[in-house]
Amino acid sequence: MDIVVCIKRVPAFGAQVPLTDDGSAVDTRHLGFTIGPHEECAVEEAVRLVSAHGGRVTVLTVGPEEAGEQLRYALAMGAHRGVLVDTGTTDLDPEATATAVLAGLADEPEPDLLLFGDASADAGHGQVAIRVALARGLPVVGGITGMDADAGGGLRATRETPAGTEVFRVPMPAAVTVKEGLNLPRYPTLPGRLKAKKAELRTVSCAPEPGGLRTVGLRRPADDRAGAVPLGRGAAAAPAVVDILAELGKV
Amino acid sequence: MTEIPERADVVVIGAGIVGNAVCHHLAELGWRDIVLIEKGPLPDPGGSTGHASNFIFPVDHSREITALTTDSMRQYEKLGTLITSGGVEVARQPQRVEELKRRMASARAWGVDAELITPRRVAELVPFVDPDILLAGFWTPSVAVVDPLRAGALMREQAIADGALTVSANTAVTGIRTDRGRVQAVCTDAGDVETPVVVVACGVWSPRIARLAGAEIPLTPAVHQMMDVGPIPELEATGTAIAYPIVRDMDALMYERQSGADLEIGSYAHRPILHEPDDIPSLESAALSPTQLPFTSEDFDPQLEQALELFGSILDRPDAGVRHAINGLLSMTPDGAPVLGPCPEVAGLWSAAAVWIKEGPSVGRMLAEWLTHGDCEFDMHGADIARFYPHQRTREHVRARANEGFNKTYGIVHPREQWESSRGRKLSPFHTREREADAVFFEVGGWERPHWYESNRALLDEFGDRVTHRQHEWDARWWSPIVEAEHLAMRERAAMIDLTAFAQFDVRGPGALDYLQRMVVAQLDRPVGRLCYTPVLTPGGGFRSDLTVVRLGEDRFRVITGGADGARDRSWFESHLPADGSASLVDVTSAVCTLGLWGPRARDVLAATTEDDVSGEALPFGTARWIDVAGIPVLALRVSYVGDLGWELHAPFEHGQALWDAIAEAGRPHGIVPAGIGVYGTTGRLEKGYRLMGAELDGEYDPVEAGLALPKVKAADFVGKDAYLAAREGTPAATLCTLTLGTLTVDDHTGTDGIARYPQGGEPIVTTAGERIVDRKGRGSVVTSAGPAPSLGAHLLMAYLPPEFAVEGTSLQVEYMAERYPVTVARAGRTPLFDPEDTRMKA
Amino acid sequence: MKLVVVTDATVPAELPAVARSLAGRDEPVEAVTFGGAGTETGDLARVLGGHGVGRLHVARHALLDDYAPEAWGNALAAVIDRLGPSGVLASAGDRGAEVLAHAAARADLPLATDCVRLAGDEDGTWHVTRTRSGGVLLEDAELRAPVTLATIAPAVEVPQVPLQPAGECEVVESAVDVPPELARTRVVEHVASETGLSLATAPVVVSGGRGVGGAEGFAVLEELAERLGGVVGCSRVATNNGWRPHRDQVGLTGTKIAADLYIACGISGATQHWVGCMDSAVILAINTDPEAPMMQRATYAVEGDVHEVLPAVLAEIRRRAEEPAVAESVERQV
Repeated sequence: MDIVVCIKRVPAFGAQVPLTDDGSAVDTRHLGFTIGPHEECAVEEAVRLVSAHGGRVTVLTVGPEEAGEQLRYALAMGAHRGVLVDTGTTDLDPEATATAVLAGLADEPEPDLLLFGDASADAGHGQVAIRVALARGLPVVGGITGMDADAGGGLRATRETPAGTEVFRVPMPAAVTVKEGLNLPRYPTLPGRLKAKKAELRTVSCAPEPGGLRTVGLRRPADDRAGAVPLGRGAAAAPAVVDILAELGKV
Repeated sequence: MTEIPERADVVVIGAGIVGNAVCHHLAELGWRDIVLIEKGPLPDPGGSTGHASNFIFPVDHSREITALTTDSMRQYEKLGTLITSGGVEVARQPQRVEELKRRMASARAWGVDAELITPRRVAELVPFVDPDILLAGFWTPSVAVVDPLRAGALMREQAIADGALTVSANTAVTGIRTDRGRVQAVCTDAGDVETPVVVVACGVWSPRIARLAGAEIPLTPAVHQMMDVGPIPELEATGTAIAYPIVRDMDALMYERQSGADLEIGSYAHRPILHEPDDIPSLESAALSPTQLPFTSEDFDPQLEQALELFGSILDRPDAGVRHAINGLLSMTPDGAPVLGPCPEVAGLWSAAAVWIKEGPSVGRMLAEWLTHGDCEFDMHGADIARFYPHQRTREHVRARANEGFNKTYGIVHPREQWESSRGRKLSPFHTREREADAVFFEVGGWERPHWYESNRALLDEFGDRVTHRQHEWDARWWSPIVEAEHLAMRERAAMIDLTAFAQFDVRGPGALDYLQRMVVAQLDRPVGRLCYTPVLTPGGGFRSDLTVVRLGEDRFRVITGGADGARDRSWFESHLPADGSASLVDVTSAVCTLGLWGPRARDVLAATTEDDVSGEALPFGTARWIDVAGIPVLALRVSYVGDLGWELHAPFEHGQALWDAIAEAGRPHGIVPAGIGVYGTTGRLEKGYRLMGAELDGEYDPVEAGLALPKVKAADFVGKDAYLAAREGTPAATLCTLTLGTLTVDDHTGTDGIARYPQGGEPIVTTAGERIVDRKGRGSVVTSAGPAPSLGAHLLMAYLPPEFAVEGTSLQVEYMAERYPVTVARAGRTPLFDPEDTRMKA
Repeated sequence: MKLVVVTDATVPAELPAVARSLAGRDEPVEAVTFGGAGTETGDLARVLGGHGVGRLHVARHALLDDYAPEAWGNALAAVIDRLGPSGVLASAGDRGAEVLAHAAARADLPLATDCVRLAGDEDGTWHVTRTRSGGVLLEDAELRAPVTLATIAPAVEVPQVPLQPAGECEVVESAVDVPPELARTRVVEHVASETGLSLATAPVVVSGGRGVGGAEGFAVLEELAERLGGVVGCSRVATNNGWRPHRDQVGLTGTKIAADLYIACGISGATQHWVGCMDSAVILAINTDPEAPMMQRATYAVEGDVHEVLPAVLAEIRRRAEEPAVAESVERQV
């Protein structure tokens, strides 16, 4: 089973996101980068499927040259190959991102499974997978938190809704976007990191046309979060605590 | 948020382990109205205390650091925040085995239980290591892991319970108000606090906070990389934070320790990554904390391979992953030591910075004592913030040395090792001539000083087997037999020595005499032209300094002190100047150059350059006079640190080269040689039993023990007088002795490999039975200085010995590189071994 | 015309309201929904009518009777093509976002998701503010297209628009063609939720850190968690001290949770931990140190020792369980 997992380099930040002075972007001088939790699960699932069914895992990213760091992270988790679609440092809109992903896939053999995170951890447009799948003529299901490949070349995928679990049965090749909770992603092992460090990445250059959604600027929402409501000190606070528990319907 | 008080006796800024410890110990010493201000939240404000690896190896080659560490361990233990795990430093390379032997000597010297062990035993202690790649281990059973956040919280709580402390967390310091060079108030976003004393305990942010008051704290934030790998079932199964000894993989410049289910790996091997205090991200914008920056994996990759080599059995597994990895920030200073004490630029501003977890609680105690009594139990001269000259506080110097020093953290650092960066900062006017004579330069206080001259290599033939050629590379490193040849040339003919690195202060004014009398032990109320060598004491009666004072006029004195201590001495003298302005101090170091001229032919040489009378009658020993030397006005001081006839010739800086040329020219018929500091600071002075500040002399020993008590005590009061008087009354707990390696006649110091070995200083002196020698104050006997005495044909060691051993002729041993060599007490007290009557010097 | 896309049985009130605010004075707001042969739409039409929506288009096809993202998206694209709305809105729930994305891809149109503010100008450009990174950032963007498509977040600002008279909503049947292969992504089975509790999915997590003091100290947390139908979690300090296994760890190096109620006992709340629990709806912090970050960021804070507070809370729960009348009367005071 050949699987391509699409991942995105995103900044890892703390309680407050620092922005550049002109508000055009996240100020990443002191930030590290990561791939989002949904995408970590996608990589994990791909590695598990391939170790169970054979095949290989290719990770693909669209972004600046530095996104190679995220490809190597996925390689250290157990992926086999990395493809970097180098689109420079400008953030792309979702249509352009889909174009770039397609450019990266163009020279790849058709995978049995094309995995995405449910939405990127930063921009979160949640539509790139669908645009790519349509262009490739693949069925696509989203928000998946459970999947199994069946013997007949199909995929059983489930997703959680407030009403319960919805089950899809999708023929492969297919595209799937997955959500955190699908599995518990592994941390890269030391030997994995060393192997990933030496791995060759295939680089594709791409300068896609912008789509119809243009970012004007970023800002932080007004901090209107009230401080914590004090419920008292020590044992004397117990009645107030239990009131809250009751209000939440927990007792 | 606690309401911030309007006034306080002391404001401590920073609630890491150091700030908390300072508050706690101030409260213990009776301070009240202490305010602790912290920008971040509690208990983990986001500094290094919150992310450090928190393990403590007690043994360090520095006595000061070892003392701070072991005292801190006692404090952590008392607070219930210490878990003893044991720790082993392992060697992969033969040089490291030697270094571990040297660590054994330090462990013995400072009284820490430790043992050299085989790789097999290492693997018994830590079953996951691969013993096949190891050569030896250095096992310290008392190595421990501590919880500095908890310890800090407990210290705070105690001080609050005592009614001594108000804590204001989540409060940013916006300014420090000063008036006429004194601290007045700390300004914060929660209001201002009036206070006469501010302690900056802000870790990597300290430079930024000190600058608010106009002072420099010379340190730079530097990255130390750490990662957690796990879960590892064998570790998780222990159900505890740490069940196995910590391993320091010294040759890989790394450590590995259990941290619950994980193995934590730390590195000092990566490229130095320095930051600027102003560029550290804020608490809000940092992903983890301001001092836990994003991990840069490419810097750590080589260490992964090293870790896999040593700990492959638990790291090379599919289920053990890198769970956490950071570029942690810590503080690096130009010389690697902490930065403590009163800032020279601003009265009332104190630094408590560049302190590691292992030293924090004790630094708190020392600072509190220092603030309360003016000095503290441990000698802190190596950590004193005043030790830095202005150029050493510049960003460029700090960064250059931090950059160079980072990889020395686990490195093998020779005690004489010289820095490569930020050199050539201060050049004497003789420098051109010295370079022409192929001088090998060592640095002191930024000055380039010849340690010996390669141009003197021919003297080796002349002196033949009177010169020792060290065979062992370690003993010979940063040393040359030429030093001994220069020494012999001086003793037989004459030598000229560059002493421009001396720090010199002119003290003037109607109150000059009274002021200086208060500062030093010796009687300075003597005729104009007299010079005095004198101890300068701490309030507790230990050595603050030793220096020379020359009376140049009724109201005018010159203070001359060593280049290594000039900055500290200046800060000490300036901070004691009379408030009424009756005495002033001007640092004339940059205006004066000094050329030493000594040897039996020195008078012939000098006389050839001057028409002034330089006879013993006209210019007796212990006097100073202005003379003309080849048309240059020179202040000639009849004094010697090498024990031969001669002078320190002090001249205006710009005349330096002409002075050098004149003396060299006049000396040529007499066979004069240029000699380096190797002669001045080691061979010459050791033969004469002269003491060196920072080696024999420090705050933990008094003049009676050092043999430097003066025959009479002057009537005038002076700093440390009460303690000095008390010391004179009692019997000293130890006496400074000079020992010979082997005996004066038998040269018995050949190691098991058949090579004669030469201790360098810092080694323990033990009994013939191999027992550690400790005086009644708990101080171990350690070699304070060591070096050859070419005129005596011996290798000399100095050490303080308790009375029962401070008896001439007593046989003892020195422990050097895990072997013991016999030594003999050749002199107890200050009488020199060479020329005991001082006839040469006074000729 | 502005078109509102209805993908669920209920319609959030803000959806037609925002559509109305974007519509010109005489521009109608209509709605579309999907169904099979027997799908009943009368109730939906009544609700929409109450919001001033004049028409409900029902895209009807056998393959549309249960949720089928590709088929629904395909049908929506066809409806858009047929009706020619100038703007299309859906709510940013799982289905709304997915169906709009499918339609946008098929119609080759841009799409702005998770919008909290939308305004149009004369030339048809929409100026939107959308949330990013789980809401910690806002993005101002321009959406320029022949047909503008957006999904709106629950927190959307609803502009003041003249109240629409409640009226009759006409149901318009709209047969659509659905390529049969799109059956491949239909929901084939619905399974009722299971109740097995894991740290990641538990509605209540009672978590302990340094302040718990040791492995034994977690007993009282276990008891409370069981009482509240939750599980026990812990901070990194607790795992590193060996008090709890790593699988219990909440935080950056453990599990990220989004519980209904998170009780942080003796956890200072360093960022490493905070990012793992911050998505919880209600956070109750118990800590001796009122200056701890958790005590500042939580919904509720109790200053005190875990081992004093939790036993008292358990005692209070038991007391009320025995005296339900009293408990109710207290509850009414809240």
